[in-house]
Parts: sequence; structure tokens; C-alpha cells
Amino acid sequence: MHLDHSHDGPSAVSADARRPDGSRRALRIGLGGPVGSGKTATVAALCRALRDELSLAVVTNDIYTREDAEFLLREAVLPPERITAVETGACPHTAIRDDISANLEAVEDLEDEVGPLDLILVESGGDNLTATFSKGLVDAQIFVIDVAGGDDIPRKGGPGVTTADLLVVNKTDLAPYVGSDLARMAADAKAQRAELPVVFQSLRSETGVRDVAAWARAQLAAWTA
Amino acid sequence: MSRAALLVLADGRFPAGGHAHSGGAEAAVKAGRITGGASLEDFCRGRLHTAGLVSASLAAAAVLGLDVRELDAAADARTPSPALRAAARKLGRQLLRAARATWPGDELDAVAREFPKGAHQPVVLGLAARAAGLEAVDAAYCAAYESVSGPASATVRLLSLDPFDATGALARLAPELDRVVDRAVEAARRAVDDGVDALPAASGPLLEIGAEAHAAWAVRLFAS
Repeated sequence: MHLDHSHDGPSAVSADARRPDGSRRALRIGLGGPVGSGKTATVAALCRALRDELSLAVVTNDIYTREDAEFLLREAVLPPERITAVETGACPHTAIRDDISANLEAVEDLEDEVGPLDLILVESGGDNLTATFSKGLVDAQIFVIDVAGGDDIPRKGGPGVTTADLLVVNKTDLAPYVGSDLARMAADAKAQRAELPVVFQSLRSETGVRDVAAWARAQLAAWTA
Repeated sequence: MSRAALLVLADGRFPAGGHAHSGGAEAAVKAGRITGGASLEDFCRGRLHTAGLVSASLAAAAVLGLDVRELDAAADARTPSPALRAAARKLGRQLLRAARATWPGDELDAVAREFPKGAHQPVVLGLAARAAGLEAVDAAYCAAYESVSGPASATVRLLSLDPFDATGALARLAPELDRVVDRAVEAARRAVDDGVDALPAASGPLLEIGAEAHAAWAVRLFAS
């Protein structure tokens, strides 16, 4: 995931690891997953967990509103100048994978305007199980699903579940109410993902976003090493 | 030159941000001016002969080597709506990124240095065509076609319009598109001697007004 080549010219054109002034750019982590799985809540919790130790910013990719950005602003998880909404023309998967130009612009503007930054979280609008981030946009990606969306999602697989650097199974507190079998989800995820990590979390529990925050810290340590 | 480079540049999947813009179609759909295939064709015809003609002439003029700063100012002067000027610059910046990665060269790098927040998209389109080894007429075709293909594909999403109807509308506009490109290239050639004032300044007032209203909506599918 380390891209050490750099491009000559006034500004980086893609995933270059260096900014035009030669400094290392922020690590970019993408969060994708189905509608309502808890991506924005996870981003909010990550901001609260990490904002005192890291310089953070967030880019949201909503489908047809600025809801996700506005939720983060309302919750005051970060100062408003650190949150940017990208408009996606009804297709978040296009904006995070096939044509990443608006997102690259957003992350570069954030680094220019509020940097230096350690970490930029790029959140996709809710999409389908095949929506993944381009490697030209993010260095690592988290796929967020939830137990209430059906405990067969890990078995169904798809690029998000199978290849994301971290799979988060969210809302574990709801499992008894919706009849989801967590052990089965864990076994199916293991079968799909082999050694890639999986986190089961409930943001309402005491541990909250702890495991995902620890994973993000480890990613950042590897990025800056 | 390789004419096939035109296919790369004109491909709707060329990653330069166009997918998030409707070319005014979203505002026109909401206002009831586009309701199906026939009214989409009317809308596209209007856009082709106004914004499309202006864009095509700017793009052709950029290929012919007119001063980029003057062309960008000419585009500003021909775009009354601040929201459309902002959208054009944003798309120009995104296109410049894609073009620099696709056809690297000093000329595009220099434009990126001079316009860090973007120059008008049709001007950048002309420079991208030039970097790809294409001619003025190629850039004009690309700009003119984009002026109608963008609204057509956006309307398919907005109205769940039958995609064959949208594509049929584009095909029926093809002969007019040829004529618009001829006019655009002719004007661009005149501008080489007479300056940017020789470029056409056709405008669709409803496109400009609609863009201003659209920019203030709280809920919308497209950025413009």
C-alpha cells in the first residue's frame, strides 16, 4: 500500500504518497457498505476516539443530499472546516472507484486548507455489496455491514466483504432481536476473507469503536514508518 | 496524431468528474421542461446551439494555441451564472488531473500551476486534446457532444427514462452537431487573428437561471 513514486508538477495527479512540497500526505482510509449499516456513526465515533491524538479530516460521498456531512457537523465531531461533502450524481460507487477526481480534489483541498493532516476518512454513501474504493483514492478500506441487514451477508461475499482491509460487523447488540447468528457470521466471514481481519462492534457498548480505532492506528503507524 | 485518442477523451467513462453533473437537466426536469424523450431532445437541441457551441469554440481555440488566460476570461464572460462558472472550473480542474495523468506534458503542468483551482472545462478540454495530439475539430466535437450526452444520461437516471429513447435523441441530433462543430471551428480560426471576441457568445437564459436555483436546493442528485 505504500506508493513512494512521486509525480513531477504542481500538484499530485493521483495516489502519490508525497505532496507537491515533498512532505508525506495523510493516510486515507475509505469506509463503504450498505445503506444504514452505521458508516457515518462509525466515522463519528472514530473522530471522537482519535481527534485528540491525530490531525483528522473527513470526506463524505452522499447519494443525493449532504445528510452525512450535516450529521457529522451537527454532532460536532470535528470543526466544520475539516469536513467536506462530495456530490456523486446519484452514484457513490462511481465517485469512490471509477472516477475518483472529485474525491482527490477534496482530500487535497483539505490538506492545503487545514493540514498538515495525519488521517483522512473517506466515507461512501450507502451502496451495494460490490462497491469498493479505488486504490488511487484510499490506502486502506473498511467495509461496514450490520447484523440487522441479514446474517447471510458474509456468506454472500462480494468485493466489499471479501477484499476490504477490515470488515466491520456493526450493531451486534441487535443480534438477539433480529435473529442473527453472530457465530455463523464470523465463520462465514472467515471463510470469505481468510486472514483479513473482522471486527464485531456495537457502538452502544462500552468498548464502542475501540477495535476499529486500534486498527486505524496500526495502519497509520505502518504508513508513517 | 492518432484519431483513436479522441475516443479515449470523448468516452463517457473518462474519469474527469462529468458523471456527477446533469448539464442543467435536473433543474429542467424539476421545472417540468423535460418529461420524456421528446422534451429531452428539445432541451439538448437548445443546449447544443448555445452552451454547446460556445464550449466547442473555446475548446477548438485552445487547440489552436490561443492564450489560456484570455480563453478562460472569455469563458467567464460567456457564463453569467456564478454557479455554472464554479461548476465549469471544478470540472476543468478534474479534467486537467485526468489529462495530466493520461497525456503527461509540460503544457498541462503549466496550466495546473497557473490555475490551481481550475480553468473552465472547455478550455482544459482543448488543451487535453492538444496534448493527445488531436486537432481543433476533434476538441470541438468532444465539447459539443458532451453538451448533450451529459443531460441525456442524467435524464435516464432522473426520470428512469428508457435509455434507448435517450440514445435515439442523441443520434437524431448528430447532423446538427456536425453543423455546430463547423461553426465553432470556423469561429476559433477567426479568433486566432481577431482575438477571443470572435468566439460565439450564445446563451440559454433558462440554463443560467435554472443553475442558480439548482445550486440552492437542499436535496439534489447532481452537482449541477
